[in-house]
Amino acid sequence: MAPSTATHQAGETPANACPLVSIEELSVDFDTPRGTIHALRNISLEVPKGKVLGLVGESGCGKSTLAYSMIGLLAENAKVTGGSIRMGGHDLAHFKPKAWRKLRGTRISMIFQDPMTSLNPVTTIGKQMIDIQYREPVRRAEKRSRAIEFLEQVQLPDAAAKLDVYPHQLSGGMRQRVCIAMALLTRPDLLIADEPTTALDATLEMQIVILLRELQEKFGCSVLFVSHHLGTVSELCDEVAVMYAGEVVERGAVREVFHAPRHPYTQALFDCDPARIRQATRQLPTIPGTLPDLRRPPEGCAFRARCTKAFSRCNAEHPPLYAAEQGQVARCHLNDPAENAA
Amino acid sequence: MTDATQSLLPEPGLLARSLHVLSGNRTGVIGFVLVALIVGSAIFAPWIVPYDPTAIMTGPRMAPPSAEHWLGTDNIGRDIFSRVIAGGRIAMLVAAASLTAALSAGLLLGLISGLGPRWLDNLLLLIFDALRSFPTIVFGLAVVTIIGPSLFTVMLVVAITSVPIYARIVRTQTLALKNAEFILAERAMGVGLPRLLFVHMLPNVLGPLLILASMDVPLVIATEAGLSFLGMGVRPPTPSWGVILNDGYNFIRNSPWPVIGGSIPIILITLGFTFMGEALRDIFDPKLRKAG
Amino acid sequence: MIFYATQRLVLSVVIVMVAVSMLTLMLHVVPGDPAVMILGPRATPELIEQTRVAMGLDQPLLLQIVTFFGNILRGDLGQDVFTGRAVSQIVFEQLPYTLILITVSILWAAVLGIALGCYSALRRNTWLDTLTGVISVGTISIPAFVMALYSVLVFAVWLRWLPAIGAGEGFWDGVTHLILPSFAIGVSWVGYVARVVRASMLEVMGQPHVRMARAYGLPDAWITRSHILKIAVQPAVTLIGTGVAHLFSAAVFVEVIFARPGIGALIVQAVNERNYPIVLGAVLVTTGIIVLATLISDLVIAWLDPRQREEL
Repeated sequence: MAPSTATHQAGETPANACPLVSIEELSVDFDTPRGTIHALRNISLEVPKGKVLGLVGESGCGKSTLAYSMIGLLAENAKVTGGSIRMGGHDLAHFKPKAWRKLRGTRISMIFQDPMTSLNPVTTIGKQMIDIQYREPVRRAEKRSRAIEFLEQVQLPDAAAKLDVYPHQLSGGMRQRVCIAMALLTRPDLLIADEPTTALDATLEMQIVILLRELQEKFGCSVLFVSHHLGTVSELCDEVAVMYAGEVVERGAVREVFHAPRHPYTQALFDCDPARIRQATRQLPTIPGTLPDLRRPPEGCAFRARCTKAFSRCNAEHPPLYAAEQGQVARCHLNDPAENAA
Repeated sequence: MTDATQSLLPEPGLLARSLHVLSGNRTGVIGFVLVALIVGSAIFAPWIVPYDPTAIMTGPRMAPPSAEHWLGTDNIGRDIFSRVIAGGRIAMLVAAASLTAALSAGLLLGLISGLGPRWLDNLLLLIFDALRSFPTIVFGLAVVTIIGPSLFTVMLVVAITSVPIYARIVRTQTLALKNAEFILAERAMGVGLPRLLFVHMLPNVLGPLLILASMDVPLVIATEAGLSFLGMGVRPPTPSWGVILNDGYNFIRNSPWPVIGGSIPIILITLGFTFMGEALRDIFDPKLRKAG
Repeated sequence: MIFYATQRLVLSVVIVMVAVSMLTLMLHVVPGDPAVMILGPRATPELIEQTRVAMGLDQPLLLQIVTFFGNILRGDLGQDVFTGRAVSQIVFEQLPYTLILITVSILWAAVLGIALGCYSALRRNTWLDTLTGVISVGTISIPAFVMALYSVLVFAVWLRWLPAIGAGEGFWDGVTHLILPSFAIGVSWVGYVARVVRASMLEVMGQPHVRMARAYGLPDAWITRSHILKIAVQPAVTLIGTGVAHLFSAAVFVEVIFARPGIGALIVQAVNERNYPIVLGAVLVTTGIIVLATLISDLVIAWLDPRQREEL
């Protein structure tokens, strides 16, 4: 494994200079019996090479939809209506099923939210790990020893014996370790992790996050880490994008965004994070109001109905992503230099 | 993801759901109409039939359908349409009587099984399993050997073979409710368990049971017609659908009309009750499928 | 696993014993002398007494049941009232005809039903899916004996394509004689199986582990086979396992209508003659096979699904 790790790092150029994936103006619609939901609107985002990008936001903000669109696993009623997802000279947004299949399990792999249901319940762990290596022109015994090797990488005790075990015989934490081992086994350039710790309890959550960080550094792949847990994002990620109602409202380096959020929504998320509340309170704060109806996305700023700092301009004019310092951008008129000048 | 986006939209209520189910699936409406037609014709049979269903030589023998005889005549010149309508009365009588008996017995045995001592529960479960391992018709034939063929035998056979299904559902509900927290709380306040079950369980379990029973009607009717076809149920000349089919089968090389006429109502009623049952289930209890 | 199988087998034997005891009990609970019932009202008192002794009816009830089960263990199901031949011999003579009939019926129906169900689930809203749905509903609502009557009417009387009487002689004649009866029994099962497989396929297709398999770029056919079908076929296995009782019921009619030999025809004839030992023997064997079939279907599911193995 050491040589291939080396080639990964050798090919690496300074961060952001050449992103692994760059998404431009991506829009996704869902057709439902009760109308078309514009779930993603004009998303622009870059996944840097060899780094971890966090994707945060409330449930229903579109962060999982974005993650699934990057591996071509959107629901049947979803449709990419515009934009592009560029990766290594390809536009994934217009991939056909056959092209997707070539990419999945080779350059991109994914870890899912619920480890309890992500593994095939009627097949042993070993067979599942051998199956995903079906493209490799090596003997079965070799695939098997590779499987054991990766189960050891994710610090699963007694790895060899685990191959003959069925998923239901393992605990949730162990299953998620198996899923991580499978995802890394295919040596992907991009690993998508869709809330991989949400279904686990708090102590396991940190263990898995630390494990992911170690393995990411070891294998040098890029990670898209979807989460609504700010603590894990700050622990694991290099960069972060905040999503609200199907839009990216703020993005930048984790340190900058967490230290000085430029969008009122990001600020509100931090205010509601139980881990960041210093004073003892009886009630956990929440952001008042609900997500806008995405069948008819609002004209102006999507967050204005829930925003304490909204002013007249927010109603009429849809804010662009204003650039701040250090590459941080935010979709709020308060960041408009003209606004500050006035 | 679809679920997540769907859940952002409001949920419809019960009335809206029933209208939606009925408007969305046309088969539900067809089911209700067919059931109403057949039950209605069974009730009003004596006023509908153009001829006496047992009168012979009302016209030519084995005639094809005509203006006088809508479904033709059989080998001794009886009017098939009149016989089919009168047969519906027998079928409905058997279905109503045997399913009522089975429902009552199922309710009682299910309660006993759920509330009684462990050994009694196990014994009843064993008997239910034993009853279910008989093929209905084979069991029916065995009973006929013992007590002879008659309308009553048919009802008894159907009732006995249906009891285990209902009893098991009632038992499951009883066991679930026996340990439910609100029941334990009320029992702690001194309310008797039988009374509690009567108040809480009956309304809960009666709906699903009735829906299941309505979906069982075709099975009952097929059993009655089948036993009568073999000459082990309703005896000729009483016009049961099975008797009509048997008469038709004996002369199938001469005229297809008795077989066609006798089978149409069986097919229609099966379609009707199946569609109606499915629609009822969709409206009232989407989880019912698992209860069976 | 072996413990489970043994446990189930014991329970099955108990179920069959309870079932047959209930029938025997019924015979005695009903007013009237069974010997009189069998021989008819015109039999002489001597003949009645003779029959009573021959059938062991003069013994106490409990002893009769014990003797009956004791005899069963020795493979003795009693004697034909009229000919005195061993019931077991008569029943096992007829059994193969019925077993072949229902096996052929359910085999073609299951294969076609699973194929149609799979296709419908994978290619939803195509014309074949819609057609399968319509045909399923249509055939499910027709009882087997009505289907048998129409088979005779259409294929034997009108079109004259296939024979409709008897079991035929020799292999090929036997095969042609089997087509209509197995069609009549199997056709509604195609619909049942297709509906169940389609519904469970759709359910399994939505499960996260299938999405995970797709996330690794596994070929579609592979995913369908080892990730979807292996799980989705289970309800169909249960349906068929518990449906063997219905198959026997259907076989009774089909054997009468097509004048085929078999256990169903044997029972009907015995009922007409009030030949009670034959009815009881045939019911016992039938029930045993049904209970065995349920057991086998449970074992097949345990073999397909490791989760079931542990629950048992």
